[in-house]
Amino acid sequence: MLLEIKNLHVRAGDTQILKGVNLNVEAGEIHAIMGPNGSGKSTLANVVAGHPAYEVTEGTVRYDGDDLLELDTDERARDGVFLAFQYPVEIPGVSNSQLMRQAYNERRKARGEDELDPLQFDDYVREKVKVVDMDPDFLDRSVNVDFSGGEKKRNEILQMAVLEPRLALLDETDSGLDIDALRVVSNGINQLAGDDNAVVLVTHYQRILDYVEPDKVHAMVDGEIVQSGGKELAMELEERGYDWVAKQKGAAQ
Amino acid sequence: MSSNIESYLDQPYEAGFHSDVEMEKLEPGLDEDKIRQISAKKDEPDWLLEFRLKAYEHWKTMEEPDWANVEYDKPNFDEITYYSAPKNQPKKDSLDEVDPAILETYEKLGIPLHEQKMLQNVAVDAVFDSVSVATTFKKKLKEAGVIFCSISEAVEEYPELVKKYLGTVVPYTDNFYATLNSAVFSDGSFVYVPEGVTCPMELSTYFRINDQHTGQFERTLIICEDDAYVSYLEGCTAPQFDTNQLHAAVVELVALENAEIKYSTVQNWYAGDEEGTGGIYNFVTKRGVCEGDNSKISWTQVETGSAITWKYPSCVLKGDNSIGEFYSVALTNNHQQADTGTKMVHIGKNTKSTIISKGISAGVSQNSYRGLVKMAPSAEGARNYSECDSMLIGDRCGAHTFPYIDVRNPTAQVEHEASTSRIGEEQLFYFLQRGIDEEDAISMIISGFCKDIFHELPMEFAVEARKLLGIKLEGSVG
Ligand SMILES: Nc1ncnc2c1ncn2[C@@H]1O[C@H](COP(=O)(O)OP(=O)(O)O)[C@@H](O)[C@H]1O
Ligand SMILES: [Mg+2]
Repeated sequence: MLLEIKNLHVRAGDTQILKGVNLNVEAGEIHAIMGPNGSGKSTLANVVAGHPAYEVTEGTVRYDGDDLLELDTDERARDGVFLAFQYPVEIPGVSNSQLMRQAYNERRKARGEDELDPLQFDDYVREKVKVVDMDPDFLDRSVNVDFSGGEKKRNEILQMAVLEPRLALLDETDSGLDIDALRVVSNGINQLAGDDNAVVLVTHYQRILDYVEPDKVHAMVDGEIVQSGGKELAMELEERGYDWVAKQKGAAQ
Repeated sequence: MSSNIESYLDQPYEAGFHSDVEMEKLEPGLDEDKIRQISAKKDEPDWLLEFRLKAYEHWKTMEEPDWANVEYDKPNFDEITYYSAPKNQPKKDSLDEVDPAILETYEKLGIPLHEQKMLQNVAVDAVFDSVSVATTFKKKLKEAGVIFCSISEAVEEYPELVKKYLGTVVPYTDNFYATLNSAVFSDGSFVYVPEGVTCPMELSTYFRINDQHTGQFERTLIICEDDAYVSYLEGCTAPQFDTNQLHAAVVELVALENAEIKYSTVQNWYAGDEEGTGGIYNFVTKRGVCEGDNSKISWTQVETGSAITWKYPSCVLKGDNSIGEFYSVALTNNHQQADTGTKMVHIGKNTKSTIISKGISAGVSQNSYRGLVKMAPSAEGARNYSECDSMLIGDRCGAHTFPYIDVRNPTAQVEHEASTSRIGEEQLFYFLQRGIDEEDAISMIISGFCKDIFHELPMEFAVEARKLLGIKLEGSVG
């Protein structure tokens, strides 16, 4: 099992956000997590990535058999956990290629491989830029500074393509994209997805699932995964709304 | 997490050691007799003694100013020693007779004075407490016609030049600390680049305060004749004492027609400890005049040290089409206070000035930018662009901006931009999530923030500056 989450309870400040999440993700799978605003989807992704604002009060998260919560945020990243941010931050004066080269080389160092020098990295990254259909000038721009919403999302996908994570968590990477950008983003995800890695898509809409075929779909309501199924669940959620699953959850209790 | 950032910035002060060197000092305190003694020790001509005495008389009528956004206990001028020099003074041009303890001091600071060990292409004048102890690469410079020596030596060897320019940019009446400096200055550097000469190497002065109770009052004078060019660098450190030492320097630059002076500073005076005890009071007057048409003066400073910094490197743009530039990074941490900025005084036609100021504040420090852009009635078509960016680390520090604009010519244009940002948890999380550790993340963020300034520094200094800001360099320099 690549990611195994059991009975996860998470709190930020005084608010209990996750109330017993269970989730199993095998290598080679694509999962989609859907749910209304405020249900805790971003929190789940952030906790797996190691965001310092959240406190795990109960439960376990195992990654490739190891206790993930024991690892520091940057160690998790070097171990192959990647989060595409819902709201990527701006970093003035640090270029996209600088950030990616540093990140990529940290990963190589952690694996005992030689670092790439700037020219070698440039060759490597230019191939990746094609995946997301961006102008190579993009590499020299400061990270996310003056990027449009769509560019920020593409940039997250570019970083994912460069870092080739084993577990990619994508937090609403599809929201706010026009159809061309959505295709580009989907294409990036499909290129990454393979037998050795897994993708967890956090999304509001089933629209992206027309381009990225999920193996499993989960409905999250109020800090819990209340229903899991195949692609048909996404259609059902879209048609009947989250109230429907929420009610089902209520009925089940 | 932000407390981690702070502890990362709180790296120990590596230059804080004190060297045991036998010194010859005057008794603390100041009166006319002391000034005569300083002048006598240096065998000075009468006109210079006159200059000092006039300054002293004027100083007695002045009050210490308090308009800056800094708070400190005013120095007790009776407790300061105004002259302190290593006893074992070298003969000119020979390093062999410099006290080995002094050579060792500079070696430890990474500034070896022996030419074979030195940085290629950087000539160094080393000032230890009150006096210059060594100037390197003198011969090579002389061949090019460039004079680079201590100001004491210049008074002896080139009295006409010194007399012609000393006090013309910063008059002895200028301000409290400049006036005090005019009365008691002991040494500093002198540079003269004759007409048409591009100085073949970077010139650098390294200031070291060693003594606990000595004020450092150095005086630097740089003159670039028509079509000449020089790049001058200044570095400074001091030992760690729990008392405050006063550093009140005056720097004067004169650029004649088509001349260009590039003046860079990496200031790393001791800043005091985490509780705010000790550290240097850095009250400095730096000013350049673009006397000739098409001349240019450019100030670049990286200010990381001192308990209190109070300085405004300025340009008086007299010549038509002359250019003034000010590029600054000021970092304050713990209890440090900095009130720094620039003055651009436009007098000539079509004069241009650029101000880029980056303030980084951490701990409980206060960081103020104060700048004046003045367009005189004669400044037809003059332009200024100013940009002041502040970065806050943690939420107990402060950043302030005081831009003063005075435009008296309707064709002049002034543009001012300002921004404030904070290294936040989200920014750090972004780096960590990409596998970059916190130390590298902060380095990259700060380095990115200061990029435009580092770009202006000569390469060796850019490296030192990055290191100073705790930055591990990734990729290419400059
Ligand atoms: N750092 C935080 N501090 C306090 N409350 C938070 C924090 N992060 C999220 N929350 C709260 O937790 C709930 C779930 O948020 P989130 O995980 O962002 O939901 P979703 O991504 O599903 O919209 C919301 O009510 C939100 O306000
Ligand atoms: Mg969300």
